[in-house]
Amino acid sequence: MSNPEKLRYTKEHEWLSDVVDGVATVGITEFAANALGDVVYAQLPEVGETVTEGETCGELESTKSVSDLYSPVSGEIVEANQDVVDDPALVNTAPFEGGWLFKVRLSEEPKDALSFEEYTKLTAGN
Amino acid sequence: MSTAPRLTALDALHRSLGATMTDFAGWDMPLRYASERDEHNAVRTKAGLFDLSHMGEITLTGPEAVKALDYALVGNISTVGVGRARYTHICQEDGGIVDDLIVYRLGETEYMVVANASNAQVVLDALTERAAGFDTEVRDDRDAYALLAVQGPESPGILASLTDADLDGLKYYAGLPGTVAGVPALIARTGYTGEDGFELFVSPEHAVELWQALTKAGEGVGLVPAGLSCRDTLRLEAGMPLYGHELTTSLTPFDAGLGRVVKFEKEGDFVGRAALEAAAEKAATKAPRKLVGLIAEGRRVPRAGFPVTFGGEVIGEVTSGAPSPTLGKPIAMAYVDAEHAAPGASGVGVDIRGTHEPYEVVALPFYKRQK
Repeated sequence: MSNPEKLRYTKEHEWLSDVVDGVATVGITEFAANALGDVVYAQLPEVGETVTEGETCGELESTKSVSDLYSPVSGEIVEANQDVVDDPALVNTAPFEGGWLFKVRLSEEPKDALSFEEYTKLTAGN
Repeated sequence: MSTAPRLTALDALHRSLGATMTDFAGWDMPLRYASERDEHNAVRTKAGLFDLSHMGEITLTGPEAVKALDYALVGNISTVGVGRARYTHICQEDGGIVDDLIVYRLGETEYMVVANASNAQVVLDALTERAAGFDTEVRDDRDAYALLAVQGPESPGILASLTDADLDGLKYYAGLPGTVAGVPALIARTGYTGEDGFELFVSPEHAVELWQALTKAGEGVGLVPAGLSCRDTLRLEAGMPLYGHELTTSLTPFDAGLGRVVKFEKEGDFVGRAALEAAAEKAATKAPRKLVGLIAEGRRVPRAGFPVTFGGEVIGEVTSGAPSPTLGKPIAMAYVDAEHAAPGASGVGVDIRGTHEPYEVVALPFYKRQK
């Protein structure tokens, strides 16, 4: 599995991009996408909504289960990926690219984000 | 209690194929190899290869084997010809369903009962106890067989390339001994996918060899290894009940809409007869909840245990639900009150984590193959 080195991660298997003009992009990792199986439904937070680091902000439904989506950062949603709402399989096929989930204008720096090395170590045993 | 999961004879092969494994009734089984949706579609349009070695085989032999089965089960086993198979139930004294079974008549006085993995021990114990007064031997054959299934429209062609057995003469719900790829096998035209297909009972020592031969034979026609996840969506589309979901000890076959499997006309008593006669009468006068199909108008998936609602009232419960790859929409089986069970009944929905999502009531199955 190839987690991009430039991203930051969470224990709940979300990834977080570099912050550009105060805005970061959020998705779930390939590890999470594989564990879920085929994603068939994505409920994403809405533009304008305020999310809090570590709290649920949506859900991802796969053939066998439904999983809460946690926000890895606190801030205001500035965009939700409509492509994923229309075609949830993008989360499986391109988790780090076209399958991104939402963009957040950060209100503070994330406290619990993991580095590439820390996340790789976390998932290595699996 | 925590014990190590049991492994099938194909375990190493599954891992080499990169399968995602899951615990199922104490067995470590392949859930999927890559995408369960692709595996599902392959079985519908080409072919899929399953390892079902977790299923429980029990053999009854002897002059009174059939009498013992007629007493132990609700079906009329004495009408099953050699080489044929029958779907039936084993019930408690109170009529509750212990398991659903397939009984194969392998010879004049030899029958093989196939039970669900989760119930194999219970069924073995019940058959042993119920057969005690008859001249028959009940044999635990769970370790004697590995079970491979080839399912899908290409399966007859794949199998024909590996066997001299008369597959054209082998009807649906029939099974006879033969040889596949040089391996002795009981070849049965049964399955749980709604497609044409075969189940091959073989000695575990031959399982890998047979799997590889089938894989090679199916290479050119799109055969793929298929896991339990797609088996579940396939059987759901085909409207087939699953023990623990549509069938439980708290339901009789009449409650499950399967009263036709109970054969009161057979000779002699059978376990559950009195209770089932009462259940049949009750079902005729006042219909119990009915098993129906639900098709989502939206995209959220109903799961087992979710309430079915109408005008804010609970009118039933989902027993199985999944996104249907064939229909492209979430589907479910549910028991609902008779007045809301008619196909097209309006205003019916499923409470999905607090939101009432509209569903269309339809007759089962969702999918029927073209013959």
